[in-house]
Amino acid sequence: MPADVRLAEAPFVPDAEIGAFARAQPQAGGLVSFTGQVRVDGPAGAGDVEALELRHYPPLTLPGMRALADEALARWTLTGLLIVHRIGVMLPGDPIVLVCAAARHRREAFAAADFAMDHLKSESWFWKREKRGGLWRWVEPRAQDHADLSRWQNARA
Amino acid sequence: MTIKLVFLGRLEDLAGAGEMLLPLDEPQALPAILAGLPADLAAALQGPKVKLALNGALLPPGAEPVLADGDELAFLPPVSGG
Repeated sequence: MPADVRLAEAPFVPDAEIGAFARAQPQAGGLVSFTGQVRVDGPAGAGDVEALELRHYPPLTLPGMRALADEALARWTLTGLLIVHRIGVMLPGDPIVLVCAAARHRREAFAAADFAMDHLKSESWFWKREKRGGLWRWVEPRAQDHADLSRWQNARA
Repeated sequence: MTIKLVFLGRLEDLAGAGEMLLPLDEPQALPAILAGLPADLAAALQGPKVKLALNGALLPPGAEPVLADGDELAFLPPVSGG
């Protein structure tokens, strides 16, 4: 079962993607989806986020996402896996990332979606910057993101 | 011969552009190439968390590739996706 892995250069509609994905998974008993979106108010207290930009490096980014999907498919028994990640400039409220995992039973779907998100946050080839007060600033990775990632390294299948 | 350097994330701001084309007289190892760049940029490119990709393939830590005509070397600082 190949995964559906995409980079989106234009806004996408998570509800429509989730609906189409679910209709293609009649054999699944559970479907878990996660949507990440641009937050209006960031954690730094430096005012509202006016825009967010995701940059990528084409030779690595989509191949890396496909390898991540393959790893999820190898670790859990899924009926389907969808990963959509935006690149380019986004506005508050815009979706950034969507992960959908479907399986016969819910635990595998929860775990696979969680695994994919942790790796998209801190191990995939994206660089994020945000605009506040008219100024663009690169967003550094958070220690929490690396702690989240490390949860999976002690539980290799 | 010409090589291309690619700067991702905050490294692009330091370099002033996302890409830089460098003419070379002959193939050169990475230290020699870095020596020809502004000192602050060269120092940032050698940061401990900066990874390298040569022609789209990730290099192991500490690699010092020799660059020849047409090569593309990307400097990849810590990522922040999602």
